[in-house]
Order: sequence, then structure tokens, then C-alpha cells
Amino acid sequence: MSVYILCFVLFCIGLYAVLRKRNIIKMIIGLGIIEYAVNLFFVLVGYRAHGRAPILAEGQGITNMVDPLPQALVLTSIVIGLAVTALIVAIAIRIFEKYGTFDITKIRRLRG
Amino acid sequence: MILPIFVIIPLAAAFLISLLGKRIKNLSDLLANLGTLGLLIFSLYSISLVTAHKVIVYKVGGWIPPVGICMVLDGLTSFMLVTVNLVSFLVTVYSVNYMERYTDKYRFYTLFMLMLAGMNGIIITGDLFNLFVFLEIASIASYALVAFGTGSEELEASFKYAVMGSVASSFILLGIALLYGYTSTLNMADIASVLSVKSNSMIVSFVAVLFLAGFGLKAALVPFHAWLADAHPSAPAPISAMLSGVFIKTLGVYAICRIFFNILGVSSQLLFVLVVLGLISMVAGAFLAIAQRDIKRMFAYSSISQIGYIIFALGIGTPLAILGGLFHLFNHAVFKSLLFLNSGAIEYSTNTRDLKKLGGLNSRLPVTGYTSLLGSMSISGIPPLGGFWSKLIIVIAAIQAGHVWFASVAILVSIVTLAYYLKFFKNTFFGKITEAWLKIREVPGLMQLSMIILAAICVVSGLLLVPVFKPFLESAVNTLLLGNGYKDLVFGALK
Repeated sequence: MSVYILCFVLFCIGLYAVLRKRNIIKMIIGLGIIEYAVNLFFVLVGYRAHGRAPILAEGQGITNMVDPLPQALVLTSIVIGLAVTALIVAIAIRIFEKYGTFDITKIRRLRG
Repeated sequence: MILPIFVIIPLAAAFLISLLGKRIKNLSDLLANLGTLGLLIFSLYSISLVTAHKVIVYKVGGWIPPVGICMVLDGLTSFMLVTVNLVSFLVTVYSVNYMERYTDKYRFYTLFMLMLAGMNGIIITGDLFNLFVFLEIASIASYALVAFGTGSEELEASFKYAVMGSVASSFILLGIALLYGYTSTLNMADIASVLSVKSNSMIVSFVAVLFLAGFGLKAALVPFHAWLADAHPSAPAPISAMLSGVFIKTLGVYAICRIFFNILGVSSQLLFVLVVLGLISMVAGAFLAIAQRDIKRMFAYSSISQIGYIIFALGIGTPLAILGGLFHLFNHAVFKSLLFLNSGAIEYSTNTRDLKKLGGLNSRLPVTGYTSLLGSMSISGIPPLGGFWSKLIIVIAAIQAGHVWFASVAILVSIVTLAYYLKFFKNTFFGKITEAWLKIREVPGLMQLSMIILAAICVVSGLLLVPVFKPFLESAVNTLLLGNGYKDLVFGALK
């Protein structure tokens, strides 16, 4: 049970970084932490204690395996996370070129 | 099989455009327009398939659904496909001329087609994780499209949008992980059948809250609306039309409908939450819109308000209310994309969107003027036009369900809507023309064509309630009303 709670704590740390940090690079790192907390949780869903790798060889029954599906899904989710992070970092670099700062409170031309 | 075509066409078009678009001039225009035209034809054809077969299931890679991924075509799917592909076809027609303002047109079309592939995928998929993947494809393409102008404002808006969108996606993924842990399946119909057997637990309610926050942010319901007013006005006009017209409805409203009505099942508390969220969005969006000076910003807030109407109607939950909500969804897709295209035409001719600087444009831009008159009248609910009928149905349904006060709020918001569209109209098209705008000319032909077609649909969309065309809306409503019966429909089609 404690691993799930730690996973949730990790999620909250990421959320805190996104919501409270002023530096946009730190916000992006926060997003990464959120993504990895969710990925970790997804892998934990398929985990079972003392399970073995889900490879079906000859003469072996389908017993005591970890669930392979979440691992496949998490691979997809990591790739998506990579794309999002790359895009946001690229935008952050362009923002720095335009505004000359990473401080989110100074990047305020849109209002209303 | 017709179902995978809705994803294959835009993906293939995106691939070919990015590969060849730079070398061969005009190829990107041609491919994008042919692609969206093909999608429109296929989605219209899907209506007749739904009337004939009721539901069609396609097994991706031949795997049987609880194991493999499936695609499902039912009434709601074909309704959403027609809405999305109709708007996207007219938007690509418009973009041919409009996007000359920007460099790298082929990159625009590549991202556009990827976004379309994501939206069509969300609509047609029958698998929860597959829905998440398509949602991310559409979202990432839209983050990039919002920043397409690469000015400082576009980048700022795109950054805000990307951060909030990614957090929302994480919420959705967390919900999917919890649901998978509880039901040990990802197929939507299978989840529904597992949930109907298992006793109701706290986990399902928690998942419902996560989904409501995630998809509510994508739909820009009021506590989660802050990104929309920055992101939609900053994008190029065709993309604003797509984002406000169909994007928030596909990622937000459609996903909420499908997941809550067909999979998790609705309870009276959940419906009440939807009613309240809808009402707050309606009122807040309308009052924020009045104060705006920027045309596109005003329209963006108006989108929040109109999404509020749709969610409100879905929250009432009676058959008539759902009919009104879905009908309003279709109408809003048409007139809001028309209005954003109009604002693009104004910007194309005058290079400004500031209401204070414009005025008297009706003599110089007659087509833009009259089409946006029709669009504004339709959105504020002037009788013969489509928007009137959908709002009327929503109000009648609210009164029938006993929500008299809520219905009167809806009517009042409609009056406020009329007020800010009158403000828009008075400041741009009526009044004395300024010296600066005497020399401007009407926008190019293709832009006019798509605006005229959208305005014509605004005028005739009330006909969807006539018995001949009514099955189109009714099959969508019936899908939602089936509720948990969705699973029997899907598994029945497999046998």
C-alpha cells in the first residue's frame, strides 16, 4: 500500500511544481514528474509480488506472472510524454528569445 | 471496412504533405482539401450505414475486442464525424487563401491533418487507452498550431495551453490506470459490462471525478477555462475555427458523453454536477465576453458560454434535453467556426481585430458582413435560424424537468449573448467608415465560398428537426439514452 501512497505523493510534488514555481523550466520539470508518477502508478497496477516476467515458454503455465499490458501501455505513454516535453521545451526557448526571461509572472502580454 | 478510413486518410495526408509539400507547390493545398472532402463524403455515407446496421464494430488487426482494440460506429459516432468533417472541410477550403499570410503552409497542413486524425480517432475508437492516445495526438498538434505564428503572444498562449492540457491528460491517464486496476480491461464495452456486475465502489466515483476534471479542462468548463481565452484567439483564424468549433466538443463534450453515459453510468448527483458546471460556464462566459475589445477574444469567451449550454442540456438528462444539447453542439460547431472565419477575414483585410479601431466595414466587405450577420443572429437565437431551435429545445426541456429557474437563467444569458453580438456588429460593420478602411477589398473567392456555405448551413440547420432528417439526430440521442445497453449493442454486433 505504501508504494501507492508514495506514488501519489510524487504526483502531488509535480502538481505543486507546476502550480507554484515561477520559472517555466521548473514548471516543465514538474510536468515530467507528474507524467512519471502516473506511469509508475500504471506499472504498479500490473505488478504482483514475486511475479515473473510474462514470457510463455514451453511447459510453463500462466501462473504468477506480472501483467504485461500496463507495461506496453506505459511505453506508449512515455513516448507521448517525450513528444509533449520536447514541444514545451521548444516553446520555452522561443519564449526566452522573445521576452528575455523565464519568469512566468513577467510573461504577461495576454490579459482580459 | 469503412471505419479505419477516418483515421487513415488524415494520417496519410499528413505524411505525404510533410514529405512532398515543400518540393511541389500547391500539393499541400490539394492533398488537404481532397483529404477532408473524402472524409466528409465517408462520414455522410456513415449515416446510411448506421440506419441500415445500427452499429458496426471493426476489429483492429483481427483480434477479438476484449483482447484487441476495436472501432465502433454508432449513432453518436456518425453524428460527431459529420460535424467534425464538415467544419474541417470548409476550414481547409478557407485556409488555401488565408494561410498565404504565414510562411511554411505545408507544415500548417501537416499539423492540421494530424489534429484531424486525432479527433476522428477519439470519436471512432472503442478502447479507452486508444482514446487517450488519439487525445494526445490531437492535443499536441493543437499546442503546436496555437504557437504557429511564433509571435510573443502566440508562444505565451501556447505555453499556458500546453501546461494545462498536459496536466489534464495526466488526470485522464490516472483515471484510466485506476479503472484498469479495478476492471482489468480497457475495452469500453467490456468495462461497462464488468462495472454492471461489480458492486459500486468509491474507486468508480474517484475515477469519475478525475475524468470530469480532465475532460472538463479540455472542454473549457468554467473552473477550468483560463487557457481557452488565450489559446483560441492566438491561433491562426482557421485553427481558431477548428478549436472552438469542433476541438473542444470532440475532446471534451463527446468524451464526457461517451464515458459517463455509456461506460461509467450516470447518477443523479453527476447529472446535477453537469447542470451546475454548465450554468456557471454559461453565465461567466457571457459576462466575460461583453467586456472584450478583441473580436476573437470575445468569440472565445462566447464559446465557453455556449459549451455551458451543451453541458447544461446533457446534465438535465431527459431525451428532449439531450436532443437539444446535441443539436446545439452541431449548431455551435457551424456558427462559431463561421464567426471565427469572419474574424479572420476582417483581420485579413484590415490587419486589426480591435473593435475600437474598426467600423463601417459593411460597404467594403459585404460578404463577410452578411455572413457574420447570419452567424451572430443564429448564435443569439433569432427565430428562423438554427441556434434559435436548439436553445428553444433546451429551455423547454429544462422547464419540463422542473428546472424553471435554470431555464430562465438560460434565457437571460441568451439575451446577454445578443447584446455582445450587437456590440461586435455595431463596432465593425455599421457606423461611419474610417478613412483607413476606404481602400480595402473583399477577401479572395475561396474564403468567401466557405463563409457563404457555413452561413447557408446556419439558415437551414433548423431543418434537422424535420421528420426526414430527424433520424440523424435521433440515432445519436438514442445511443446516449441506451446508457449501459451500449455494451450489449457492441457485443451483439460481434456475434
